[in-house]
Amino acid sequence: MAAGADGVHSPIAQFEIKNLVPLRLFGFDTSFTNSALFMVIAVGLISAFLIMSMRGRSLVPTRMQSIAEVLYEFVANTVRENVGHEGMKFFPLVFSLFIFVLVVNLIGMVPGTFTVTSHIIVTAALALLVIGIVIVYGVATQGTHFLKLFVPDVPPALLPLMVPIEVISFLSRPLSLSVRLFANMLAGHIALKIFAGFVGSLLAAGVWGILSPLPLFLTIALTALEVLVAVLQAYVFAVLTCVYLNDAVHGAHH
Amino acid sequence: MSMLLLGAVAVTTGEFLPSASAPATFPPFDPTTFPKQLFWLALSFGALYFLMARIALPRIGEVIEERRDRIQRDLDEAARLKSETDAALKAYEQSLADARGKAQGLAKDTRDKLTAETEAERHRVEAELNAKLAETEKRIAETKSRALASVDEIAASTASDIVSMLTGKGVSADEVRQALAKAKAS
Repeated sequence: MAAGADGVHSPIAQFEIKNLVPLRLFGFDTSFTNSALFMVIAVGLISAFLIMSMRGRSLVPTRMQSIAEVLYEFVANTVRENVGHEGMKFFPLVFSLFIFVLVVNLIGMVPGTFTVTSHIIVTAALALLVIGIVIVYGVATQGTHFLKLFVPDVPPALLPLMVPIEVISFLSRPLSLSVRLFANMLAGHIALKIFAGFVGSLLAAGVWGILSPLPLFLTIALTALEVLVAVLQAYVFAVLTCVYLNDAVHGAHH
Repeated sequence: MSMLLLGAVAVTTGEFLPSASAPATFPPFDPTTFPKQLFWLALSFGALYFLMARIALPRIGEVIEERRDRIQRDLDEAARLKSETDAALKAYEQSLADARGKAQGLAKDTRDKLTAETEAERHRVEAELNAKLAETEKRIAETKSRALASVDEIAASTASDIVSMLTGKGVSADEVRQALAKAKAS
């Protein structure tokens, strides 16, 4: 969120990918970027926190251990409620997705950082991972029965109409999953940047400077809202992952 | 909400986009950055999944499970101890009731036995006394009859003495006896 080097407040400059360590692998540009840096920071923070906090493994938990346990129980309950006990084999996946999106979103709220989830390619990759697992696991355990997902319990006459709708609805899942997260993070950060920019612009505009507290308060309020959105979107991502996994585990209709 | 914000952004960014520092394309839609983002996402998320699935989550799950087991064990133990206490209390009350009953029985038995013994003793003493009384009465009667018999003799000897003193001549014992018998009969 820092102002550009030339003093121009471009609200989208914060989403720029900057190469930190140029690298080419397998004929692709795999440079270590600011995005990669914050992914690694997020993974490092999560792993360090969850592994360090459980070092004592005490029956009466310390504060840190309580937080780790609350996170664990929260995601475990979400999986159990939405997928059932058979879904617990996907618990590490859902937990990893949830905590990764959550921490990456929250790190993005710190001024000057980079928000990994503000790039559609990242959210799309995570969404495709989920849908890929749903399809592979669904076909592997249910075989062709998995295709009944597209055949709802309606009179046969309606099937020509319903099956395409179900197919479209299934295909739109990764789209909605990825765009929801991406758009929320992107829009929130742009809005924050714009309102924060107004503060500077008004201060520089002479007498209009007296109005500058207005966008400042709005920025503060938006920041609070964005923290909420950051947490909420991580939860939504995890819940929808569970809902889709439920189809893979149980089939669509019962 | 996000759509609304996007709309607002679309209007406002118009003034900002042409600025010098703005990137050529909108960064999130720049395909040249896709490979490097995907590469590092795969690497970091893969590492995160591995660390969570292999180390962090099993540890947390273990501790939570262990705590749950421990609490369950403690509750079971408490329930077991409580039932034991109840059983012990019941047994104690039972033995107390038994002892009370036994004590009452014992007291009654003793009382009955003592009463019977006293009664028997009384009977025995009474019988003894009666026997003694009867014997004494018999002896008194004997003594009396013996004394009465002696009275005749004394009277006879006294009479013969008196007669001999008065008459100066002795009389035979048979004559006195006949005379006495005659006197007694009259």
